[in-house]
Amino acid sequence: MHILANPTRFLRLARPLTAWLGWGGGLLIAAGLGWGLFAAPPDYLQGDTVRIIYVHVPAAWLGMAGWAGIAAASLMQIVWRHPLAAVAARSLALPGAVFTFICLATGSLWGRPAWGTWWEWDGRMTSMLVLLFLYIGFIALAEAERERGGEGRLAAIFGLVGAINLPVIHYSVLWWRTLHQGQSIGLTRSSIDSSMLWPLFVSAAGFTLLFGAIVLMRMRAALAQQKVEARLRRMAA
Amino acid sequence: MSHWPFIAGAYAVALVGTLVLTGWSFAAMRRAERAADALKGER
Repeated sequence: MHILANPTRFLRLARPLTAWLGWGGGLLIAAGLGWGLFAAPPDYLQGDTVRIIYVHVPAAWLGMAGWAGIAAASLMQIVWRHPLAAVAARSLALPGAVFTFICLATGSLWGRPAWGTWWEWDGRMTSMLVLLFLYIGFIALAEAERERGGEGRLAAIFGLVGAINLPVIHYSVLWWRTLHQGQSIGLTRSSIDSSMLWPLFVSAAGFTLLFGAIVLMRMRAALAQQKVEARLRRMAA
Repeated sequence: MSHWPFIAGAYAVALVGTLVLTGWSFAAMRRAERAADALKGER
């Protein structure tokens, strides 16, 4: 991680990696969603509605993973003052917010036929909505600090404190047993049949790779912008 | 109630959101890197 904190070294790795992650992710998403939509069986209780799982679960995973990444980058910024850490955290924020929104929207579209309601103030849904608001707050704070020429330390503290919401989201289905189903995928075993689990893994892997490519694109854009701003300042001086 | 309009809606939200985010990030990266390269050439 310390080796990658050097922007030149990072860019040498990021340039080829962006294309590999982007194309690999796109192919896996197409395979996973095609498999889930047309080849995976319907659920014995929910019928075809279960096919929403192939977009909903990857979006939920990336919404949470995005904030975990922000928290890790924030920690690196505060402890080691890595020059790339603030750029990484800022670049993770918008993709994380978009996938959190996709998770909420697809969950709502799943909830209407499955539960008979678009929305319920249940623990899992409410904590995911809080995550979306945290993302919006982080984006605003980080941008304001960047415009003022700050290092982004306030945003980094916000990123670390906001990580408290991640275990709340994870354990919400155990702490408050309301409408959202319990945990069905674990590290060692799953209650989902393998005929549905495999397309879900393929789709989740595809969205994860594409998410990585998007973050790298945003980091490269931010670094190029920093370079332009620094050069313009030097030319004006 | 047919479930397919809900499934189609969910996939549309996910795919449009992902494509717009990818396209926007790619365009921003190309624009910024071109501007940096152009400034390097002016030196």
